[in-house]
Amino acid sequence: MEFWFSELHTPNVKLSIRVDRQLYSGHSEFQRIDVFDSPEFGRFLALDGYMMLTEKDEFIYHEMIVHVPMAVHPHVRRVLVIGAGDGGVIRELCRYDDIEQIDMVEIDPQVVEVCREYLPQTACSLDDPRVKIYYEDGLRFIRRCEDLYDLIIVDSTDPFGPGEGLFTREFYGNCFKALREDGIMVNQHESPFYDQDAIAMQRAHQRIVESFPFSRVYQAHIPTYPSGHWLFGFSTKKYHPLRDLDEKRWNARGIKCRYYTTTLHKGAFYVPAYVEALLRDVEPER
Amino acid sequence: MELNQHRAPIYEALEKFQKMRVVPFDVPGHKRGRGNPELVELLGQKCVGMDVNSMKPLDNLCHPVSVIREAEDLAADAFGAAHAFLMVGGTTSAVQSMVLSVVKAGEKIILPRNVHRSVLGALVLCGAIPVYVNPDCDDRLGIPLGMRVSDVEEAIRLHPDAKAVLVNNPTYYGICSNLREIVKLAHTYGMYCLADEAHGTHFYFGDGLPVSAMAAGADMAAVSMHKSGGSLTQSSFLLTGPAMSEGHVRQIINLTQTTSGSYLLLSSLDISRRNLAIRGRESFARVIELAEYARREINAIGGYYAFAEELVNGDSIFAFDRTKLSVHTLDMGLAGIEVYDLLRDEYDIQIEFGDLGNFLAYLSIGDRQREVERLVGALAEIKRRYCRSSLEMISQEYIAPDVAVSPHAAFYASKVSLPIEETEGMVCSEFVMCYPPGIPILAPGERITRQILDYIRYAKEKGCSMTGPEDAGINRLNVLMGGI
Repeated sequence: MEFWFSELHTPNVKLSIRVDRQLYSGHSEFQRIDVFDSPEFGRFLALDGYMMLTEKDEFIYHEMIVHVPMAVHPHVRRVLVIGAGDGGVIRELCRYDDIEQIDMVEIDPQVVEVCREYLPQTACSLDDPRVKIYYEDGLRFIRRCEDLYDLIIVDSTDPFGPGEGLFTREFYGNCFKALREDGIMVNQHESPFYDQDAIAMQRAHQRIVESFPFSRVYQAHIPTYPSGHWLFGFSTKKYHPLRDLDEKRWNARGIKCRYYTTTLHKGAFYVPAYVEALLRDVEPER
Repeated sequence: MELNQHRAPIYEALEKFQKMRVVPFDVPGHKRGRGNPELVELLGQKCVGMDVNSMKPLDNLCHPVSVIREAEDLAADAFGAAHAFLMVGGTTSAVQSMVLSVVKAGEKIILPRNVHRSVLGALVLCGAIPVYVNPDCDDRLGIPLGMRVSDVEEAIRLHPDAKAVLVNNPTYYGICSNLREIVKLAHTYGMYCLADEAHGTHFYFGDGLPVSAMAAGADMAAVSMHKSGGSLTQSSFLLTGPAMSEGHVRQIINLTQTTSGSYLLLSSLDISRRNLAIRGRESFARVIELAEYARREINAIGGYYAFAEELVNGDSIFAFDRTKLSVHTLDMGLAGIEVYDLLRDEYDIQIEFGDLGNFLAYLSIGDRQREVERLVGALAEIKRRYCRSSLEMISQEYIAPDVAVSPHAAFYASKVSLPIEETEGMVCSEFVMCYPPGIPILAPGERITRQILDYIRYAKEKGCSMTGPEDAGINRLNVLMGGI
């Protein structure tokens, strides 16, 4: 028997992973949710047919979206996480003892339920007493917040579906308002490689630079995402992602990672020439 | 005979026709798209394949005897009308056919001044004389409301020879007059009552919505199926009550309507009617729920005022259409048109229109919660980024028209073009309006006053899109020669 999960990365490119068995399939109010077991990537979650995370490579994404801002901001106490129903971001955040409060806003309770049941590897910290989960539209939640958070992490799906509102100017502007005066926003920033993804990436960047005084992107290599080359946005009111990186302070925490190091942190902000050009394209003239 | 609202005869005939693979030696010349591959690329094979001409199996819009006739009967049944005409020239053509059906040159029609340009266009064409009832006006919002019943009655007493009364049901902002009473009055005095229901299609299919024209006993109604009803742009219904002669109305329609009615438009009317008849109630209940939610959230931002039923006063605001999301913006120091522009330019959100003090976001059966969140989120941001003192903002005011000559006489009279600033006191021979909403500031035959000139200048400054005059820049106006 040949049993494969295939995802189209473009209309002309696809990635296929051999599947052992399907553990779950359901439709929530917002999307189709599937969980599979695979020999190569372990268990994986797909939303509307798009791979969200696999047990084998999720650490890259979750470490990079959390530890980069945490190594820059000197005193993160209050964090807002938007999306992230799988719990991976929460797991990484919970490794910091000095974080006091984590508000997580996920639109789809069914994703959280499914991940709790089938993906304990990422969902393991969702019951941490500092975590409070709000099941609502992130755009709705954030417009009531003002001057509240040190860090906002936007762990969205792609901008074609329920996650679309999280790639808009109104969302980024509301994030700016919700951050304290030295706050940082980090967001899933799509891939620069295939044309459609690159357009989404540019649109996101354009809207962020319109809303924040300073914004850079950084990269990671995630085998199961289209092209494997993925970007994150780092937007800030005060701290510089490199000049304010305090390697000593972060390393003293003794947080052991498999992907992130403070050395890689510095390298991650040096993106390929064509990516620089794509970004420059949508930045205002200086 | 009980009609089956699950049927869609035009749509079914088109489906059947496609399967017959008939060889076309008739128009349209693109021949199922083969002659225009770029068009097929844009619209798709299915769409161009259905762009066909009137023929026996598909009936003829000018003289319907089979499938179009059945679709008319089904529509009439669904809307509670004696007859329904499928219209393909927009609701403009439905409104004009309605007016032309009841008045001719020299005859009077009683109407509020805040009517759509199409009504006054009909008067230019036929030479009927408008008798305006000044709509009541809300001072805070600066919007024209409905007509008071007493004002209509007075107009009727002063002009007992008028042939008809026309009512907006509702206005663009969702405000309804006491239609049942106005119908009763009109009929008591032997006049027809017509309703412009360009913004009221859903009244026929919703609970908790204002009364529809047919239910109120009106004689004719122009219903913009393509607005809240979900059919393709430019498709519409003209509904008639039992007092109207179907043959007469069809003759009037055929004076100006195309003889090549588009089957894309006709089938969209057919399918949308079916959809509303079957699912309309639940769909519009959902739209109302979304609109109520949006109002609560927008009012919670502060600065904006999303208004609704609290305005109802039993007369000039007899009822409010709760699906309309009308928002007052002046308290934030922003004109409605400025918010409208910001939403489009900065947030990629297109709303229906903005005027000096308000904007309207159109909600319909296609809306979802997540888009409403985007709208509300963007409005919160606009407040944060652009809120300013509201001094020096002027709001829309209702300017009572001074009608010097009939629209027809003025439009066709000898005229001269003058710089707009030199036209005060003269009689205008053309329309001037902001579009949307397309309600004329000046109509042919009306005297130009200082107040109107100031209003036009201010609206231009704020970025309203002005249309109507021969001079597209609205720097000059055509006025009657010799003055009156």
